[in-house]
Amino acid sequence: MNESLLNMLNSIVANATPLVIATMGEVITERAGVINLSLNGSILLSAMVGVAAASLSGSAIIGIGAAALMGGLIALLLAFTSIRLRQDQVAVGFVLTLLCGDLARFLGKPFNNLPNPIIVPNMPIPVLSEIPVIGRVFFQHDPFVYFSGLLVFAVWWWLYRTRPGLTLRAIGERPEAAFSRGARVNRLRYMYTGIGGALVGVAGAAYSLGIKAGWASSPTMDGDGWIALAIVIFAGWHPFRVVFGAYLLAAMRAVASGIQQSPDINIPPVLLNMLPWLLMLGTLILVSGGVVERVVKLMPTRFQDGARTLLRSTPPAAIGTRFDGD
Amino acid sequence: MTLPRIISRPLFFLLPLVIALALTTLCILALGADPLQVAQTLWEGAFKDPAKLAGVLNFWIPLTLASIGLIITFTAGLWNIGVEGQMMAGAIAASWSALYLPIPQPEIRVAASVICGALGGAGWALLVGLLKTRFGVNEIFGGVALNAIINTLAIYLISGPWQPPEGGSAQFTPPFPAEAWLPVMSPDFQVPLFMLILTVIAAVGVIFALRGTRFGLELRAAGKSPRSALLLGVPVTRAALLALILCGALAGLAGSQRVLHTYHSLRPLVSGGIGFYALLIALLANFRALPVPLLTFALAAIVAGSTRVSVLLGIDQSLIGVFQGILVLVILMTAGLRQSRPDAGKV
Repeated sequence: MNESLLNMLNSIVANATPLVIATMGEVITERAGVINLSLNGSILLSAMVGVAAASLSGSAIIGIGAAALMGGLIALLLAFTSIRLRQDQVAVGFVLTLLCGDLARFLGKPFNNLPNPIIVPNMPIPVLSEIPVIGRVFFQHDPFVYFSGLLVFAVWWWLYRTRPGLTLRAIGERPEAAFSRGARVNRLRYMYTGIGGALVGVAGAAYSLGIKAGWASSPTMDGDGWIALAIVIFAGWHPFRVVFGAYLLAAMRAVASGIQQSPDINIPPVLLNMLPWLLMLGTLILVSGGVVERVVKLMPTRFQDGARTLLRSTPPAAIGTRFDGD
Repeated sequence: MTLPRIISRPLFFLLPLVIALALTTLCILALGADPLQVAQTLWEGAFKDPAKLAGVLNFWIPLTLASIGLIITFTAGLWNIGVEGQMMAGAIAASWSALYLPIPQPEIRVAASVICGALGGAGWALLVGLLKTRFGVNEIFGGVALNAIINTLAIYLISGPWQPPEGGSAQFTPPFPAEAWLPVMSPDFQVPLFMLILTVIAAVGVIFALRGTRFGLELRAAGKSPRSALLLGVPVTRAALLALILCGALAGLAGSQRVLHTYHSLRPLVSGGIGFYALLIALLANFRALPVPLLTFALAAIVAGSTRVSVLLGIDQSLIGVFQGILVLVILMTAGLRQSRPDAGKV
């Protein structure tokens, strides 16, 4: 197989990784019925905290831990303000996203463009990385990538194959029913929001200690939090579709930068920066009820049901609502 | 806890301010700077002489326009995060007019640019509205995406098609001809009177329109409960689109002020974060129009003063966002504490 194609596939997997981790966190949170709209700011602040902690301690692991803690704390603040203090989740999340972004820029100043940023090293997995093509694409990465892969299966297994996972989905769909079956709705929501936030924090570290090592006052990952939120919607809150969405976006970006480098195609490079956002709008239009229905109607009858389940994106019924039962 | 309301109400307003100030002070100390010096420099930067005050007003105008516009969309129940992009769309349209419409009379030329700005902002906002009403894309995501798209478009125009043939800076378009600038009140007090009056009219107009007109009532009904409003015969879709168009037009005016007066050219990120400040102002004002002009004045003073702080003391202007964000967050939290007291609902 062509060497540059392999490189490209390898970099798509690497670039999609922080998005995968962040979206998994958000899937858990939203499935439990809480919208954590602070993703963009959370990622920035935990990325900065990760760099700061790593460079002060000299250890990347401490950096990742600090980033996870930061993301978890932000999410718990959101959970507390929206559950206990009964404020609008969208408003709180929105304020937090702005606040955390500015905090990151402000407090991160001493860590701007450090000369030798600490970076989590690549660790090819011994046997698997020898497999032709697949080994090259999937198993020659930093640990964040392996973590993201395990995470996807863990989240899927937890959501669809375990009893507590059933409860998790229940408190996001029908909190009253779950409550009457003995689930401590709000306590669980705190827990899953916190875990989801911690994952968002790890995603921040996956940028700043991984593919986009270091911190700068105009961070390159700014905006990805919003894209992650859109991917969750596009993916219908399902872990496997989320991964597909994240990889699709990373592939788009790789193609765009490929076009930028090739001399034959004459598109102003700046305009290619629009692509992820156009893709985001396009996918959101696609999954919103009306369009899916129209597309499905064009298909042969026996495929319609399958296509509908595949394309439809129905949010958890109780998302963004408050539960006052316990 | 039973304090008389005359004490407890100001307390609930002052408490968040004190907490926000304290936390911001901590942030300043964390960077090793002197908070008192920051405060003093801030004050001097905002009010030292008429030129400084003019700077405050020049920020107050676009901030108030954008904030008051957001009050309209919030009243209709819409989170118009796209306001930042609507300002940029207005700025681009106004710049196009200033650069390429060769109208001889300066007055008409400026007026045409301002109108173009308003139309540009309104058009970009309509896009958010259509994405929501026709295609089911939540206005938050539509707004964020359209913000990024219009900013990219601006960078493209600046670095490519709008460069002079002999070449220029990739950072901004060539300066507009002086006839296309907004005329200022006096050389020592460089505030465009026209925009100042327009802003006051807009603010007063929105305050009254939301209170005492059928349109305001329809917006509020649509915002509170779209379904019941629809059942009562309120044209909900039309109300939402109209609110967005109005907000976009006001944001477009704000963008015009930035290019036709502040910079005299189009540059990337021309808004200077005004759209996001405005969103927090709307939250601070608890979505009511009346307090907006005062709040925006306070914030404009802080922003104008902070330029001096960042020049003299090397403290980044993101500090304002930190302060404002903490303030809004603490206000939300204290509002929650107040509501969760036993006598909740009797406010």
